[in-house]
Amino acid sequence: MPFIPNTDSDRREMLAVIGKPSVESLFEDIPKALRYPRLDLPPALSEMEILREIEALAARNLSSSTCAWFLGAGAYNHFIPSLVPALASRGEFLSAYTPYQPEVSQGTLQAIFEYQSMAGSLFGVEAMNASHYDGATALAEAVLMAARNAPGRDTVVLPAALHPEYREVVRTYLEPLGVKFREYAGSPASAAASLDPSVSCLVAAYPDFEGRVHDLSGVADAVHAAGALLLVHADPILLGLFKSPGELGADIVTAEGQALGNAMNYGGPFLGMMGAASKFVRKMPGRIAGQATDAQGRRGFVLTLSAREQHIRREKALSNICSNQGLVMLQACIYLATLGKHGLRKVAELCWHKAHYAASEISKLPGFSVPKDTFFKEFVVKTPVPAQTIYDKLSRRCVVPGLPLSRYWPDRTHELLVCVTEMNTKEQIDLLAASLKEASK
Amino acid sequence: MNLRPEPLAYELSAPGRCGAALPEPDVPETALPKALLRDDLPLPEIDELTAVRHFTRLSQKNYSIDTEFYPLGSCTMKYNPKVNEAAASLPGWRTTHPLAGAEFSQGALELMYRLQAMLADIGGFKAASLQPAAGAHGELAGVLMIRKWHRDRGDLKRVKMLIPDSAHGTNPATCSMVGFETLTIPSAADGGVDLAALESALDDTVAGIMITNPSTLGLFERNIERIAKLVHDAGGLVYGDGANLNAITGIFRPGDAGIDVMHFNLHKTFSTPHGGGGPGSGMVAAGERLADYLPGPVAVRKDGRFDMAMPTASIGRLKAFHGNFGVLVRAYTYIRMLGAPGLRRLAETAVLNANYLKAKVEKVYPLKYGRGCMHEFVAMGTVAEGVHTLDIAKRLIDYGFHPPTIYFPLIVPEALMIEPTETETRETLDAFADALVKIAEEARSDPELLHSAPHVTPVGRLDEVAAARCPILCYRG
Amino acid sequence: MKIDANARYRTSHEWARKEGSVIVTGISDHAQESLGDIVFVEFPEVGKTLKQGQTFGVIESVKAASDLYMPMSGTITAVNEALGGDPSAVNKDCYGAGWLIKFEPTSPAEWDGLLSASDYEKEAAAH
Repeated sequence: MPFIPNTDSDRREMLAVIGKPSVESLFEDIPKALRYPRLDLPPALSEMEILREIEALAARNLSSSTCAWFLGAGAYNHFIPSLVPALASRGEFLSAYTPYQPEVSQGTLQAIFEYQSMAGSLFGVEAMNASHYDGATALAEAVLMAARNAPGRDTVVLPAALHPEYREVVRTYLEPLGVKFREYAGSPASAAASLDPSVSCLVAAYPDFEGRVHDLSGVADAVHAAGALLLVHADPILLGLFKSPGELGADIVTAEGQALGNAMNYGGPFLGMMGAASKFVRKMPGRIAGQATDAQGRRGFVLTLSAREQHIRREKALSNICSNQGLVMLQACIYLATLGKHGLRKVAELCWHKAHYAASEISKLPGFSVPKDTFFKEFVVKTPVPAQTIYDKLSRRCVVPGLPLSRYWPDRTHELLVCVTEMNTKEQIDLLAASLKEASK
Repeated sequence: MNLRPEPLAYELSAPGRCGAALPEPDVPETALPKALLRDDLPLPEIDELTAVRHFTRLSQKNYSIDTEFYPLGSCTMKYNPKVNEAAASLPGWRTTHPLAGAEFSQGALELMYRLQAMLADIGGFKAASLQPAAGAHGELAGVLMIRKWHRDRGDLKRVKMLIPDSAHGTNPATCSMVGFETLTIPSAADGGVDLAALESALDDTVAGIMITNPSTLGLFERNIERIAKLVHDAGGLVYGDGANLNAITGIFRPGDAGIDVMHFNLHKTFSTPHGGGGPGSGMVAAGERLADYLPGPVAVRKDGRFDMAMPTASIGRLKAFHGNFGVLVRAYTYIRMLGAPGLRRLAETAVLNANYLKAKVEKVYPLKYGRGCMHEFVAMGTVAEGVHTLDIAKRLIDYGFHPPTIYFPLIVPEALMIEPTETETRETLDAFADALVKIAEEARSDPELLHSAPHVTPVGRLDEVAAARCPILCYRG
Repeated sequence: MKIDANARYRTSHEWARKEGSVIVTGISDHAQESLGDIVFVEFPEVGKTLKQGQTFGVIESVKAASDLYMPMSGTITAVNEALGGDPSAVNKDCYGAGWLIKFEPTSPAEWDGLLSASDYEKEAAAH
C-alpha cells in the first residue's frame, strides 16, 4: 500500500519490541463485540482508476472555463494568475500545520503577517485575523463580537439585501444566544438614523446582495452616536476602487475573500476575512500573527494574543475556532502581492466597465430593465419571462446568465442577478444580450 | 531550510511595478463615481519573478510533512497523497459554481452523496452532513443539534454539557457559543472518564456529554458503552469528538457504542492537507436520534437524480454553500483508494507505530498513564532538572524533526504528545526515538544546548512576551 | 513566595489592602509566578459597582489567562493605568506598583471573611 509503508515483517519485528503477540492485541481496550465491524465500502481503487472515476464525475458539472459565465451571488469567476496555485501548492506550505513552533514555521507566519498587512490596507484597518471559514461565518462571528461588546443590547440590524445564505448562517450562530434581528430595506444611512438603544451593531453590505454600492459616508457617525458599532461586509475586489470601510469609520470589517486568487470550487474552500479597528483587536476572534524579535535581534513572526483563543481560554474564549482557511489565505496573500496596487485597481475597473456595458446592452432589450442605482459588478435584471426558464434554457447552451432570484425568494420570479467580471469578454456580453433576447421570445 | 532573512513583499516594492498583466477594456468605458472612490491603495508593487522568489523562499522556512517527520499529537500529520491534489484540481471542480443548480452539478452532488454514505458507514451512523468547515465547526453543529433536540421535546432546562478534563479547548468554547454551561468531569486513575463523577453530575439539567475517544491521552475509553448508557438514561445525548478517529477506522464504529453525533476531521484521518492552518472539514454524522437535525442542505438522491435538501428538523445552515468542497474531493479520493481493508490497515499501523515509538522512549520519558496507547501517546519531558518540555521540543528541531504537541493535554505535566501516524517508515520512527533518547542525555550533560535550541533555523526563540505586550500586527512602512 | 503581611487574600489569589477608605487589590506573588510574564490586563470601568466574587477583569500572559475576582463588593474608584503600556510591574512588584484596582467597599464587613496572610500562604503552598 503506497501510503502505509510498514510491511508484515516490519509489523512482526515491531510487535516484538512492543512485547505484544499480535496487532489485534493492541486493541484490547475496545469492547470485543464491537471490534472489526463489516464496512460496506466499494472495493479499493488504484491511482489510475480513481482518477478515471473522479474525472468522470468532474466532467458532469457546468464549467466557467467552457461557458460564458455571468453567475456570481457570492462565488465569483475572477482571474487567477498562474503563479498563485503554483506557489501555494508547494508541499512546504500545503503540508504544514498551524505554526505552533515559530522557528520552523516562519514561511507560514510571515505569509499571515503579510496577508494581514495587505488585507488591512485594502479594508483600511490595522488589525486583521488569519481567516475564518468563509464570508458567512466571518460575518456571524463579527456580529457575535459586536453583540458581546455591548452586553445590554440584544438587537442586530441587518440589510434585507444581505446574501440569504449569510443571513441563515448568522441566525444559526446567534439565535441560541438570544440575539434579535431587525432588517432594513433602504440605505444604511437611513437605517443608521433610526437606531434605538437596543441595537449593538448595524451591518452594511458593500455592495449589497443585489450589487448596489451605497454611499456609506456619515453612517459610522450616526451608528456611533446611537452607541452601536458599524460592521461593513465588503467585496474585496470592489475595494480596489472604492473607499475602504476603515476610511468610512467601520469598527469591524468582514468579507468573502474567494475572489482574491481562489477558484469557485463549487463553493469551498473559501476565505472568511475579518478585521477591526485596533482598539478592538483583543476582542476579535481567530488567529493573529505579530512581529517579534529573537535574542540576536532578528525579526520573526509569531502567533500572538492567543489568550483570546479556545486552547487557552476554553469556555471563556471569544470563539471556538481552531483550524481556519490557512491555504486559501495564502492564495489571497500571493494574489494581493502580485496584483498589488496597480493590478487590483485595474481588475476593479474592468469589472466596473464591463458590468456597466452589459447593463446598458441588456436595458436596450425589449421587456428587460436594469435599476438606476450605483452598482459595481452585479445588478438585478427584470425579465419579461420567468428568470428560471431563461436560466435553464441558456445554461444548457453554455451561457450561464446569472442567478434567478426565485431561487431564494419564490415570488421574485422575473428577476435575474447578473454578474460581470474582468473574465467576461465583450463577445460574451453581446452573446448574453442576444441570448436573453432570444430566450424571452 | 532557508536561513536567510526574507523581506516583506512591501519591502521588495518599487513604484510602478506589477506582477500581473491585465488587458485593456474591450468595451466602451463608463465614468467612475469619483466621490465614492479611494485615493490610495497601499499594496506592494512587485514584478512576477520577485513574487515567485519571495513566496518560494518563504515556503523554504517551514517544516512540513513533505520535508520532515511531523509527529504533532492530536493533529494526525500523515502524508497527504499527491493524487488528492490532482483529483481536486480538475477543471470540472475548480470552475464550477455552488449555485449552478442541481441539473448542472450532478457530478459534484453525486460525489457528496457517496461521501456522506461512506463516512456514515465508517462511523456507524445513519446520516451525514458535509457542511462544517473544520473540527470546531463540526462541534458547533453537534452541540446545536443536541440543544435543538431537547428544545423540540419541550425540555428547556438542559443547558449543561459535561466535558472530561482531558478535552480539547474547542469543546468548552463550543458550548459557550451556544449558551451552554460546562461542567468538567475529572479523569480516573487509568486516564478514562471517572464514572462516579459522571454519575453524580448527571441530572435533568444535563444536555449531554462531549467525549473524545480515543481521548487526548491517546487512550481508548474502555467504558464507552457504559458512559453512553448512563447519559442516555439520564435523558442526555452523547457527542463524539472525532479528532482521534485515525486510531479506529475499520476497527470500531463510534455509532455502534451509542454515540449520537460525531464530527470527523477529514484533514486528519482522511489525509487532506492541513495547509498551514486549514482548510479542513469537520463534517458531522448522526445516529437515529439526531439524523434529522443535521445541518444542511445535504446531498440527496431522488429518482436517480442528485439534489440538495434540508433535513427535516435541521439546525439550519452553518456556512454558505456546500462545505469545503475541495477538501471533500480529496477525502473521497483517499477513501476510495484505501477501501475497507485499507482503512483497517491504516488504523492498525497508526496504533502499531505509536506503541512501537512508546516502547522505545518510555524508559527515558515517563508516562503518566502507562497502559497501551492508541494512535498517540503522552510522555513527560521530565528528563533532567532545569530542562523543560519546551527545551526538548526546540532541540528536536536541530535534529530535523518537527516537535510533538507540547503542554497538552493540560492534565499531564510537561506533556509531549506524540502521534507518528501510519505513513511513516520504521526507519523514521527509529531515528526519531534515537534523537529523543540522545536529547535526554544532552539534557543531563549539557543543558545549555537545549536551552539555546534551536540553532539552525531562520530565527531563534522569539520574544512572545514583547510581541503580545505591544502587538505589531501589520507592516507600518 | 512573597506575601504582603498587611493584605488579606482570596483563594483565587487576589490580595486586598486597606488604604484609607478604599481597598487596593492586585494578584499575589504566587499567582504572578504561575501565570508567567504578564502581557495584558483588562480593567473594569471606573464607577462600576461589583459584588464580592464577581469578575472585575482578566489578566493574561502569553500562555495563560485568568479572570480576576472582587475580594469584596465595591465601587471601582481607580484602575492602574500605568500597566496599560507595561504590565511587567505585576511580575516585578505585585503588591506595590503592580496593583490593579482600587474600590470603595460597599460591604466593609466582608473584610473579615478574607484569608489572613498566613492562612493564604498555607493555602497557596498546598497547590
